[in-house]
Amino acid sequence: MKAGRAVFQTLAMIPRFFLLLMLLLGFAAHAAPDPAVVRQLAAEESDDKIAAIHKLALTAEPEALAVLQQLADGTLKDAKGEDITINNRVRRELEGALAVLKLIDPDATVRFKAVKEIASNVDAAMAPMLARARDRETDANIRALLVEAHALATLKDADPQIRIAAAKSLATSADPNTKAVLKAQSEPANEAETEVRRAAFQSYLAVEDRLTLAETIGRIFSGLSLGSILLLAALGLAITYGVMGVINMAHGELLMIGAYATYAMQGLFRSQFPAHEDWYLLAAVPVAFFAAAVVGILLERTVIRWLYGRALETLLATWGLSLMLIQAARVIFGAQNVEVANPSWMSGGLEILPSIVLPLNRIVIVGFALFVLALVWVLMNRTRLGMFVRAVTQNRAMAGCVGVPTGRIDTVAFALGAGIAGLGGVALSQIANVGPDMGQGYIVDSFMVVVLGGVGQLAGAVWAALGLGIVTKFIESWAGAVIAKIVVLVFIIMFIQKRPQGLFALKGRFVES
Amino acid sequence: MSAASILYLHEVTVSFDGFRALNELSLDIEVGELRCIIGPNGAGKTTMMDVITGKTRADRGKVLFDQDIDVRRMSEADIAHLGIGRKFQKPTVFENLTVFENLELSMKMDKRVRTSLFAWLDGGARDKIADTLRLIRLDDDAERQAGLLSHGQKQWLEIGMLLMQDPKLLLLDEPVAGMTDDETARTGELFKSLAGRHSLVVVEHDMAFIAQLGGKVTVLHEGSVLAEGDLATVQNDQRVVEVYLGR
Amino acid sequence: MPKPFIVRFIGATPTQGWLAIAAVAAITLVLLPALHLLLPADSSFHVSAYVITLVGKIMCYAIVAVAMDLIWGYTGILSLGHGLFFALGGYAFGMYLMRQIGRDGSNQSDLPDFMVFLDWKQLPWYWTGSDSFLWVIFLVLVVPALAALVFGFFAFRSRIKGVYFSIITQALTFAAMLFFFRNETGFGGNNGFTDFKRILGYSITSPEMRVSLFALTALMLLATLVLGRYLVTSKLGRVLAAIRDAESRVMFIGYNPLYYKLFIWTLSALLCGIAGALYVPQVGIINPGEMSPANSIEIAIWVAVGGRATLIGPVLGAFIVNLAKSFFTVAFPEYWLFFLGALFVGVTLWLPDGVVGLWRKLRERHQAAAKDAP
Repeated sequence: MKAGRAVFQTLAMIPRFFLLLMLLLGFAAHAAPDPAVVRQLAAEESDDKIAAIHKLALTAEPEALAVLQQLADGTLKDAKGEDITINNRVRRELEGALAVLKLIDPDATVRFKAVKEIASNVDAAMAPMLARARDRETDANIRALLVEAHALATLKDADPQIRIAAAKSLATSADPNTKAVLKAQSEPANEAETEVRRAAFQSYLAVEDRLTLAETIGRIFSGLSLGSILLLAALGLAITYGVMGVINMAHGELLMIGAYATYAMQGLFRSQFPAHEDWYLLAAVPVAFFAAAVVGILLERTVIRWLYGRALETLLATWGLSLMLIQAARVIFGAQNVEVANPSWMSGGLEILPSIVLPLNRIVIVGFALFVLALVWVLMNRTRLGMFVRAVTQNRAMAGCVGVPTGRIDTVAFALGAGIAGLGGVALSQIANVGPDMGQGYIVDSFMVVVLGGVGQLAGAVWAALGLGIVTKFIESWAGAVIAKIVVLVFIIMFIQKRPQGLFALKGRFVES
Repeated sequence: MSAASILYLHEVTVSFDGFRALNELSLDIEVGELRCIIGPNGAGKTTMMDVITGKTRADRGKVLFDQDIDVRRMSEADIAHLGIGRKFQKPTVFENLTVFENLELSMKMDKRVRTSLFAWLDGGARDKIADTLRLIRLDDDAERQAGLLSHGQKQWLEIGMLLMQDPKLLLLDEPVAGMTDDETARTGELFKSLAGRHSLVVVEHDMAFIAQLGGKVTVLHEGSVLAEGDLATVQNDQRVVEVYLGR
Repeated sequence: MPKPFIVRFIGATPTQGWLAIAAVAAITLVLLPALHLLLPADSSFHVSAYVITLVGKIMCYAIVAVAMDLIWGYTGILSLGHGLFFALGGYAFGMYLMRQIGRDGSNQSDLPDFMVFLDWKQLPWYWTGSDSFLWVIFLVLVVPALAALVFGFFAFRSRIKGVYFSIITQALTFAAMLFFFRNETGFGGNNGFTDFKRILGYSITSPEMRVSLFALTALMLLATLVLGRYLVTSKLGRVLAAIRDAESRVMFIGYNPLYYKLFIWTLSALLCGIAGALYVPQVGIINPGEMSPANSIEIAIWVAVGGRATLIGPVLGAFIVNLAKSFFTVAFPEYWLFFLGALFVGVTLWLPDGVVGLWRKLRERHQAAAKDAP
């Protein structure tokens, strides 16, 4: 039974093999597809159809490709205007022909896709064709892929020496699929020759090392990305909590306001400046900052100011404010999530290795977080306002005595913290759902960052955010998101046991009061 | 350590992020002694009290209470049970409880949860509270909320709470700060009457008050003992003058 | 000669308190059940099943509110995770209710329906004994209390206080909610437990069962109030108030606040667990939503609205807020969150002692005015 199927498969391969050879040897001159051949596609017999497909493929013309594509899509009509139907056998031939034709497509992106597709499912018969395509290829990236695909194909060659060479050349691969193939090749069940098995196994180890490294890099990156989100959410909280000693439970809603401000700017650009739509995000940065800052000032002036020194009451009152802000967002923008699109310059990704692609939007966010961090650092350490804020953080009474207007500093610091939360909202809008409830999930996380880092410590917040991000992502990879969240929480509780003041603690007699 | 030592500190060191709050501080207080401790700000007076009462842990050194009890690893509550009472710089009383209840809670007794749950004040305990109320001159205010007392009265209430604990050693951090001259004088009398039955360590800046108390004086500077002796001796010590006047 | 404990226990609640308790007991144990059971549905004095269930549900909340008052009002520790203990009690009893469904579920299996969906072949180990009423009552009493004890021990030992403690408890209930949302946790995931059929073999939907649960809840609420009154007037209550005012002073006069906090914290969780167990059969469902941070923080507003450290205030607060919720969510659903949010803000800003505080202030003013009048 097994042997029978193998024989059948080999037989089925012959026409395709033949076709490829013909195609690549006799690269035909430019010409429109022969109408007679196209008509033959509508023939009754599958054999006739297949012959026609081969003839068209032989021309290697984009027009022929288009016709075959139509046939594959089921949109090609016969003379009477009826759809041409194809059975599975024809479809198989058709797909082979299409894939191969795409390898010599003038468009590099099409060739790139085609080689990727073929590489995942090569057989020995394709080797000569792949070699030819490789020799013709001018694009270095695609060429490298073709080299690998060719090696994968020759790994099935009848000659053990060729198989060994193929296995050795695959050692430089970074493709999970290649890893699996090499693994299979190193097992006695699949490979009779010891030498080949040894070469395959060594290459397998090399590829695995490379892939593990790539995975680690990928995880560190997603950890960094999560960390920079946490940092953006926590920076504002660190300032308000540091200065006023109160937890603003509406902090998450300030993130939400920033995200909705981004949404509003997107709408404005779409209707008013459609030509520059891609740049709405840059315009959203200051708008989100000021929108959130203004709401922050309102909250501080109307409610938080009157509860000074009553931290638990402030916590409850700001929770109430957050409920009202959420409901206001529902009334204004609707209860459903709204759609905020990445600008075109932020979509796509950087492929570092075949197995890891770093999404551009996340890279931009990491950069943006660094930018905001630098901004806050300069503001806190290089300006008079920052000096006042630090003074109030460390000793409110004394700062008041030496003439720092503590009341006004509270408002400004609160506005600043709120504005930074708004900036966080801009970043969030690019990777998460934007909806009325979006802020709720961030308050606990950002508070954890502040606790872990130590109150009033900018550096602490940075390390805590990045550390939490990376640790979370690593635990997630083997235990899932929920368990990761629980483990991190338990870890923080244990950590506070040891260092109640956080990572970067101020020690001494002034700490407790 | 002297044979009659109630508290013995030997080369105690405490650092906060590199800053040495106490630097090999050694001190020996005898039973029944009234000791005054002075020193400029940052000399380590409050840190020393923190170490003795278990609030801060010493990095190095010995802290022995009653000859042979090492308090360095004990909790605040356990140290209090040994018989060390402490008054804070800022008067700390239970503002929402009455004066009577403040004293009741401080009384020396089993202070575990179970006993508190079923506790009942007997006549003897009431008498003891009444005595203390008279001593601190708050007998007319027994049912008032402690938060409504004047600053000086709160200081006295806190001293009364200490006395209810019946401690062997009292640590008093600036006990007369914010008191009127009259109140200060009366506090001095009270302390002098306590000396002998209890040992007292008084941290103060008020030199007149220290002169009134008349005990031995220890001068702390940068976390260690700079000078020790009666007030006149230390006041004439050249190093002490330099430290205080910055010469 | 010290008075016997029982005399002191009863004496902690003043006479007018006992009169009020007797009045409430008469209404909830006799009058309302009689009006529900004996009068025909079309009588104008008939009390509907809706009212019985609603009041029963709010009385469960009131128990939670009193428990919260013990820890927040009297000890000054604001928990934002009390919904967790409530839900744990509810889930514990819910296990029993699921087992009582027997083969009447939609899959006619001995296993609860959700386990059949997960293709589980047998009950997980922690469901052992869940068909025994007594074992489940034991779980209701032990699981929430034990969870609180372990968490409290670590949190209080490291002296986590104030907003730190509040946020950590919020994170705790949030993590637990995520955990219970997982299907593999074995508690019905998203949907939780529902479609209950009977308790001890008696139908859960019968009027008699409804009234019994209602009366039991009322008794539990009154017992909680009497116990709470004793606790806060005992020396232990004064130590708790002292911890709230000046914890370091409490330590330096020889009390270890850890055990005091742990005692009241665990007791509070225990009461919440019992309330949860009474709640689930009355409303007919328990799911992880009960553990959401928003639910827990709402408990705080019941206490704040009624008046902290008053015991009776939180009961009033639970009724005021939840009746308002029932009204708003039917009449003006889109304004409920505005109202609730404004309640949080308004009470903290202008009504720090809640309605009980307001009433006391008005009464004082009235008495002062009466005195001034000739």
